[in-house]
Amino acid sequence: MLMSMQRVSKLYGEGESEIAALREIELQIDTGEFVALMGPSGSGKSTCLNILGCLDVPTRGEYLFQDVPTSRFDNDQRARLRRRFLGFVFQGFNLLPRTSAVENVELPLMYRGVHARVRRARAMEALAQVGLAGREHHSPAQLSGGQQQRVAIARALVTDPAVVLADEPTGNVDTARAREIMEVLTRLNQRGITIVMVTHEADMALYASRVVRFLDGGIVSDVRQTPLAIATAEGAAA
Amino acid sequence: MIVWNAIHETLRQLRRNPMRSMLTMLGILIGVAAVIAMIALGRGASARVGNDLSGLGQNLLFVVPGAPSSGGPPHRNDAPPFDERDARAIQREITGIAGVAPTVTRSGVAVYAGQSRRTTVNGSSAAYFTVMSWHLATGRLFNDAELRVGAPVCVLGQTVRNALFGITDPIGATIRIGNISLRVVGVLAPKGSSSFGQDQDDLIVVPLATHQRRISGTHDVEAIFVSARDEAESGRIRADIDALMRVRRHLHVGETPDFTVRDMKEIAAMVGSITGVLTSLLAAIAAISLLVGGIGIMNIMLVAVSERTREIGIRLAIGALGRDVLAQFLIESVVLSAIGGIAGITLGLTGSYAITRKLDIPLEIDPLLIVVPFAFSAAVGVLFGYFPARKAARLNPIDALRHE
Repeated sequence: MLMSMQRVSKLYGEGESEIAALREIELQIDTGEFVALMGPSGSGKSTCLNILGCLDVPTRGEYLFQDVPTSRFDNDQRARLRRRFLGFVFQGFNLLPRTSAVENVELPLMYRGVHARVRRARAMEALAQVGLAGREHHSPAQLSGGQQQRVAIARALVTDPAVVLADEPTGNVDTARAREIMEVLTRLNQRGITIVMVTHEADMALYASRVVRFLDGGIVSDVRQTPLAIATAEGAAA
Repeated sequence: MIVWNAIHETLRQLRRNPMRSMLTMLGILIGVAAVIAMIALGRGASARVGNDLSGLGQNLLFVVPGAPSSGGPPHRNDAPPFDERDARAIQREITGIAGVAPTVTRSGVAVYAGQSRRTTVNGSSAAYFTVMSWHLATGRLFNDAELRVGAPVCVLGQTVRNALFGITDPIGATIRIGNISLRVVGVLAPKGSSSFGQDQDDLIVVPLATHQRRISGTHDVEAIFVSARDEAESGRIRADIDALMRVRRHLHVGETPDFTVRDMKEIAAMVGSITGVLTSLLAAIAAISLLVGGIGIMNIMLVAVSERTREIGIRLAIGALGRDVLAQFLIESVVLSAIGGIAGITLGLTGSYAITRKLDIPLEIDPLLIVVPFAFSAAVGVLFGYFPARKAARLNPIDALRHE
């Protein structure tokens, strides 16, 4: 099993004012899946994604990544796990401002100690994969929301991660751009990269192979489905 | 490679906030420049004092009435004065002596043809000029007859000569000091100002007898200058003079003397220790400004960390370890203070060059004076950058990412 949450709870505050963001969640995700985490805001889906991405730690329960328990990891061990296996795409893009697209994409490689020239070549390639060839030297401010999010995806995939975790990747872009982003994610999934995506848009969840619904910190449904084939979308366009 | 990237990042950050970066560096710049200038000036000044004192001759000793005090001038209170017989006794009894100059000093106004100048009037023997390392510019010194009878003659220092005579020849002219007339027989070659800023050429010398009879009006002698024939013997001569004076002044064995004998080595050591203390004091004050500069860096780095919290969150999420973030901010503060340090060294060196030229003291610069402040400013960067950098490194990625 790639990722496994065992009775994971996440609590905020103490005593009377204690709030449970997650209540004893059980969730297993296998390699190659494209999982959409859905639910209203405050349902715990983002907290779940943060724990899956080792950005946050469970208050109780155990989270295993590739069958390794992570609850006793320190900050650096979690950072090493992220750097080795994970790529992140955020709702707000989270690109470094005043830093060119290609430099943003190079950043994770820099922290992995990749040589500067190799770094540049791989970053250019990743940008080409998300359809941004020719815009490598634009700064985020010079790019549209959709383009910025594709830079962020290029940054997530440049390290060849096992999993890409996306938190509302289409939240800040219009429908047409959202579809482009989903197509990029689907292509990554077809290459064998596991995708876990938080979204509240049913349209976007159609691209996933599995939809997990959250409510009040618990999972209320977990449904496998046939993902929307992007070939169809391309066919329709043609 | 991480380091190189961090330096690259740093320069980008500095360009992003040029005004802020410059003001931050200014603190370090001023601190380093001040430390360098103060130390260079202090060393230059003590070298100058050393030169001046050795210009007087390492073989000079002097005897004055009054019990010795540690360091400072002798206590003058009720000690009986010396007279010319004491000087003669030294000349007669003690071996290895080149010259003895019993000296009286008064201040007076010298007048010539409508020009006047307040100056120092010294009365002494013929040995005065050799003992005090004076050379003659024009004319002659006193002859034996003039010294013996107390003839109304004088030798002028260069400053007095210029003030009274301008470009005309003073030899043979008659000047007045109070109500006595003195004929000028010679002019001394200039020595320039002493390390304490005194004009050494601002003096008139007359025979001791002339001075005692017509100017000071007493048989007392205020100081006896003695020059040893051999510098190495000045310690022995000093002890001999001490013993001789104890006998002449009827002091018991072990009684505190009511006179003081000093040689130039002691004076040099005394002055050296004073300038040394001054130099360290100035350097310490300058170092405080460097400390304040360091606090400025820390302040700015704390601002930078909270401004860039979100950026730190992004970096942590995409693979930076805590130590990468620590290194980034640490390098940023070190680069900031090192650039300030280099600018400070440049300013400090040019500043001390300009000031030493102006004050006419030697510029003493050794490599340590450059290396140490530079290392110190870099150390300030590490020291004051560490706390903010550690704060950044310990951020929780989730909290950092949510930071607005």
